[in-house]
Amino acid sequence: MRNHTVKAAALVAAGALLLSACSTNKEESPGGGGDNQASCDQSKGTLVVGVIVPLSGDLEALGKGISQSAQLAVDQANTECKVPGYKLALDAQDDQRDPTIGAQAATKLASEESIVGVVGTLNSSVAQSVAPVLAQNNILQISPANTNDTLTKGEDYLNSPKRQWKTYFRTCTVDSLQGPYAANYLVGQAGKKKIAIVTNGLTYGEGLADTFTVQAEKKGAEIVTRQKVGENDTDFSGVISAIKPFNPDAVYFGGEYPQAGPLSKQLASAGINVPVMGGDGIFDKTFIELGGKEGDLATSVGAPTDELPSAKAFIDAYNKEFEEGSFGAYGAFSYDATNAIIASLAETIGDGEWSADKRDALLEAAQKYSAEGATGQISFDENGDSTNKVLTVYQVKGTDWASVETGEFEE
Amino acid sequence: MTTLLQQIANGLVLGATIGLIAVGYTMVYGIIQLINFAHGEVFMVGAFGGLAVWRFVLPEGMKEDWYVALPLMLVGGVVVSVTIAMLMERFAYRPLRNAPRLAPLITALGVSIALQEAVRIWFPDADRSQSFPRVFINTQVKIGPVEIPATGLLLIATAILLGLLVQLYVNKTRMGRAMRATSQDRDTARLMGVNPDRVIVLTFVIGAALAGIAGVMYGMHVQTLGVRAGFQTGIFAFTAAVLGGIGSLPGAVIGAFIIGLVERLGGQYLPGGTAYAYVWVFVVLILVLVFRPQGLFGESEKVRA
Repeated sequence: MRNHTVKAAALVAAGALLLSACSTNKEESPGGGGDNQASCDQSKGTLVVGVIVPLSGDLEALGKGISQSAQLAVDQANTECKVPGYKLALDAQDDQRDPTIGAQAATKLASEESIVGVVGTLNSSVAQSVAPVLAQNNILQISPANTNDTLTKGEDYLNSPKRQWKTYFRTCTVDSLQGPYAANYLVGQAGKKKIAIVTNGLTYGEGLADTFTVQAEKKGAEIVTRQKVGENDTDFSGVISAIKPFNPDAVYFGGEYPQAGPLSKQLASAGINVPVMGGDGIFDKTFIELGGKEGDLATSVGAPTDELPSAKAFIDAYNKEFEEGSFGAYGAFSYDATNAIIASLAETIGDGEWSADKRDALLEAAQKYSAEGATGQISFDENGDSTNKVLTVYQVKGTDWASVETGEFEE
Repeated sequence: MTTLLQQIANGLVLGATIGLIAVGYTMVYGIIQLINFAHGEVFMVGAFGGLAVWRFVLPEGMKEDWYVALPLMLVGGVVVSVTIAMLMERFAYRPLRNAPRLAPLITALGVSIALQEAVRIWFPDADRSQSFPRVFINTQVKIGPVEIPATGLLLIATAILLGLLVQLYVNKTRMGRAMRATSQDRDTARLMGVNPDRVIVLTFVIGAALAGIAGVMYGMHVQTLGVRAGFQTGIFAFTAAVLGGIGSLPGAVIGAFIIGLVERLGGQYLPGGTAYAYVWVFVVLILVLVFRPQGLFGESEKVRA
């Protein structure tokens, strides 16, 4: 057994390198504490946590933050023997922000018996095709980033909420709180009364804009016009000219930063020098690189990660393993989601063995899950939504976002 | 009224971009009856060529002076797009020249995807949208109540000028005559001493040069660039070429301006607003194809011997 210590030492050294790879190879079990490694019983085999996020394309930065944070949770579970008898591995799939590719990835993951749960997706539109596939196979899914309401409560979520998939949960909050929270700030605090809305026509942006509109009007603002851009558009002059005669004092954008940045810039050069506000989809540094200007606003889910005391341990551990700060807007939520899967799994398995018939028990365990996570208290309500409803308003200051206000939405 | 004029101006800028690309579509079709669906990607790589010059070639001091930086970026864009177009012609289309028409068409779609992916993988940071510098006078030019960015005016002027130049070239020069001859009957042209291969390459080169210029100018106009930039604009350019009568040079440019105007004015005034802007473009296309299948300026297809 002398060989074993040498091996363990090598593992520690190789740890950092291996973390980014999502290999299931036994030789490459993640390091970070060779002693623990040696003492963990992993004789029953490997179980896999899947991740479905965009790992290429415009939203790659956000997707990577999610998958690396999940990797961190999995590595910690391995070194801390959180799941007795099993080694955990991560299998991250690229959905390219495409619902069809996302569904393929889900099908691929679902074909493995060793899959215990899936963290993802990033985009609500992708979740719409991924969730049914996983639900059909009874596989637990926890999204760190889907904010669209219909995913948990159905089309008519305001009047008659009806749970869509018993396998689907999320750790972030929802647009029916995010939109109104943004409206409260923009109309109430910032005093904007004539607001123009632009959306990109996708599930996320439309839902956000709808809920924003209701609350903004309740607060006494006027939605002077609502326009739509194509999801691949880059020249917004048509929309901008259509907005201009209304003289809005703010523009609310339902969409993501690859379009929001250039839109903000083109608005300004056309002489409409008003703040652009959006949801968590534009809350990324790239927004500023692409043209987001001083004073632009965004809401995002949860409290600012770097100000949360509960997130400190997560950030420290993350920065040690990966590029500093690259966890992005959803990293902490992904870390919590992954830990929820792992803890529920540990409870389900106990001293026994994993098999596909345990999936129902795993779902029940997830439903009852409650623990202190990086983003606060993590638990799920009867629809699978997070009970953590904290939101934050951010504003562009210089070359970065600065938090302005954190709280829960109140009428 | 201001809004109407403003949207007309926006439409002209969009039309100019589409027109510069449409010329390439229509010329290639005129000569070898190939719808080169990869032509939108030539536009995209041209823009990336310009961006590469800005990022990797130009020293800091020269970036300040647009009259130095812009011509160099245009040259870079044109060199890249022309090279790509020549390679594409030589290795993808020439071997298929006598194959059934469907084969090169499918190949063109393949080339289009290959180019997008190649740029995405090999150009630094191209896996996400990035900002494109505005290497030109950065002001809004006021014409009466209308404001157009200077870059937009540049696009319009360039499209009209280059459109006329190409038209002159095709109608007045020896090589232009060779082009027209090849387009009418390749075999007879060969008998008259025309080298069809050279003519075809030249056609691709002219189209690609225009697309490259359009790419750099458009990137600088919208100040953002991604690998998918060519796809949508390329489809519009194809539509413009068909609308104007595919094979006809003036048709392509005029078709492009019509499409630009329909898109912007339709988005403003027709029911559905900007969400339906693209719908009107294709409604116009369908109407033209129903009532005048050869397009506005095209000749109806003759049966060849």
